[in-house]
Amino acid sequence: MSATETDGEDGTDRTPSPRADLCVVGAGPAGALIAAELAAAGYEVVVLDAGPRFDPGDRVDRMERHLRPGTDSPVWDIDPERDAYNSTGDRDYPLNAARVKGIGGSTLHWQGMVMRMHEQDFALRSSVGLGDDWPIDYDDLRPYYAAAERELSVSGAADNPFAPPRAEPHPLPAFPPSYSDSLFAEACEEVGLATHSVPNARNSEPTDEASACVGYGTCKPVCPSGAKYDATRHIDVAEANGARVLDRVPVQRLEHDDAGDRVTAAVYATPDGEEHRQEAREFVVAAGGVETPRLLLLSESETYPDGLANSSGLVGRYFMDHLFAGMGGTLDEPTRQKHVGFNTTESHQLYDRPDDSRTAIKLEFLNYAGPAPADIALTADSFGDELLEEIRDGYGTHVAMGALVEQLPRRENRIRLDPSRTDDHGNPVPDVVWSFDATTRRTIERANEVQREVLEELGADIGWTVGPGNTGPAYHHMGTTRMGTDPAESVVNPQLQTHDLSNLTLAGSSVFVTGGAMNPTLTIAALSLKAADHVVERL
Amino acid sequence: MQLSRRDALVALSTASVGSLAGCGAPVVGDGPDDSEATDENERGVQGGGAVGEHELTTLVGVARTVYPSVVDGVDEFVRTYLDRRVAADGAYARGVAEAVATLDDYVEGLYETRYVDLSSADRAEALDVMSVDDVDPDPDGTDPQRVRHYLVNELLFALYASPTGASLAGLENPPGHPGGIQSYREGPGG
Repeated sequence: MSATETDGEDGTDRTPSPRADLCVVGAGPAGALIAAELAAAGYEVVVLDAGPRFDPGDRVDRMERHLRPGTDSPVWDIDPERDAYNSTGDRDYPLNAARVKGIGGSTLHWQGMVMRMHEQDFALRSSVGLGDDWPIDYDDLRPYYAAAERELSVSGAADNPFAPPRAEPHPLPAFPPSYSDSLFAEACEEVGLATHSVPNARNSEPTDEASACVGYGTCKPVCPSGAKYDATRHIDVAEANGARVLDRVPVQRLEHDDAGDRVTAAVYATPDGEEHRQEAREFVVAAGGVETPRLLLLSESETYPDGLANSSGLVGRYFMDHLFAGMGGTLDEPTRQKHVGFNTTESHQLYDRPDDSRTAIKLEFLNYAGPAPADIALTADSFGDELLEEIRDGYGTHVAMGALVEQLPRRENRIRLDPSRTDDHGNPVPDVVWSFDATTRRTIERANEVQREVLEELGADIGWTVGPGNTGPAYHHMGTTRMGTDPAESVVNPQLQTHDLSNLTLAGSSVFVTGGAMNPTLTIAALSLKAADHVVERL
Repeated sequence: MQLSRRDALVALSTASVGSLAGCGAPVVGDGPDDSEATDENERGVQGGGAVGEHELTTLVGVARTVYPSVVDGVDEFVRTYLDRRVAADGAYARGVAEAVATLDDYVEGLYETRYVDLSSADRAEALDVMSVDDVDPDPDGTDPQRVRHYLVNELLFALYASPTGASLAGLENPPGHPGGIQSYREGPGG
């Protein structure tokens, strides 16, 4: 290798592969799963990611950044120039709190909750007159859900009476309920709310890939033990099967042939400022609900003046997230919070919509309500015995409920380019235009009503509420390259292949037609495994 | 409640100092720069005495002020924790040394003696008068903010992020400690 074949900085060869079957843009869960599937099948795979390859040995340091006040560094490195963005909708969108750029993507900081979407989610328009129908149904995705649960080593149980049908058990047993779950269970029973376990993408038992959870309690934003699934596991699989995974190579644009039928190359930048062209037979863009449409919009050409694969004009449209609704307070007894950083009980009883009056609600019972002793100590204005009393008062009796609330797809919510500001490579930054409507507001209010009913039954002194006025996004970017059968009304077909370019697949939550109220990553994984099958068929 | 050397080592694991297996005798010094890897032998060579006996004694004094009276064994706990903390992080060691000097300068202006020579009551009063209890920690901030960051909050983190310290408030597996997945299921009686 000559010096010019490396980027001159860390000695890594970031030059293009001479013969690639598949080029994947984005090393998050969608890209990693597809890369792993294709590499294992013997195809030549190249993965390009804008962010760095994080050292797993640094995770305890990252945990300390999270735990210790006074350190302003983000847990997962943000580059303010690379990650610049704008937010111009009615509601502010804190994009850089919502994502991690790097090998593993946002699974590095995710919570790790993995539920299947419901049958009704795929037929929302035809069943209750809300949103739109997907071009596939639950049965189409069902085998891929099962495969995704295996890939993510999901710990779960079959005790959820509201879950869609399944034939096989989860790969690992569910985490048992917490002590505070037992307090909630009685109150929920009194108010007629059924509770059940939570499927978690963290090991309740050791596997070949990772240890069992050891209870660091900092799942979000970092799991030092690796027991929580992140996409580096599938990057490792891909690389073990010969895939090349290049970090710090932001893709600048996609190029296509003269006819505009096929993508020919992904043009990427290396840390030394050079640009390279990675050619391949098939391309997968799996860069999330914001960067995927942005890359398409940046790839405008004479053939596609409004952006690549954007004949419909819908690239970037229908941006959705889940809204958080929550309520918490204190009891007059210990609640044993903060031992673990994940939840063990939920209620999906209010998930399916009875009619068009509201959207989906997923209720959560938190195991990490209130501050930990160190949180209180480090911000206290007292010391010694007085501080200990303050800590004893502040820790130990908190309870809290959360909820994810569905937001319907709205054309005016979108990701677009902001030509007034550019990133570190001179490309217009993404502008997040986001708000929510009256139906979503009503649903948040309904979630709060149920939360209040449960907490009052529990005897809680309610101290805080997150409702329509102070809600925020759950950091689940969805909908910006929606799936459909009509090229005028969608960007990709049910195979996740763009209508416009036959060798371009878009994978991830950007293809969601509606968002439901389930955490999206299991559906991302299932769709990605489905897309991988279709790519293999074409190759 | 008796704090032990083992408690200090557990606290260090939360403070990302990492595995301490095989550590030799504590070496107090300014340690390597943040980015530099080191081994046990190099610590002694690179230690320039930024954190010496006076600084350690001062930190023990601060700890006795900010820790609750129910805690015993503070001297060994703080020395074990700080020995390794400063050896692993040269920037932190320099920050500690400078914060101790800042505290001493302030105290000498008030009491005409160094912090370690104050009575228990005056130590608490000194932190109060300096407004260390009122400020946000900031390693690059004002004098009280740096004292809060490098001295007070480091010691409070060592205690209350450890299982032993957090247990004073009923939490035996605090965030940052890999204490397993049994305790979250148990009620207050265990």
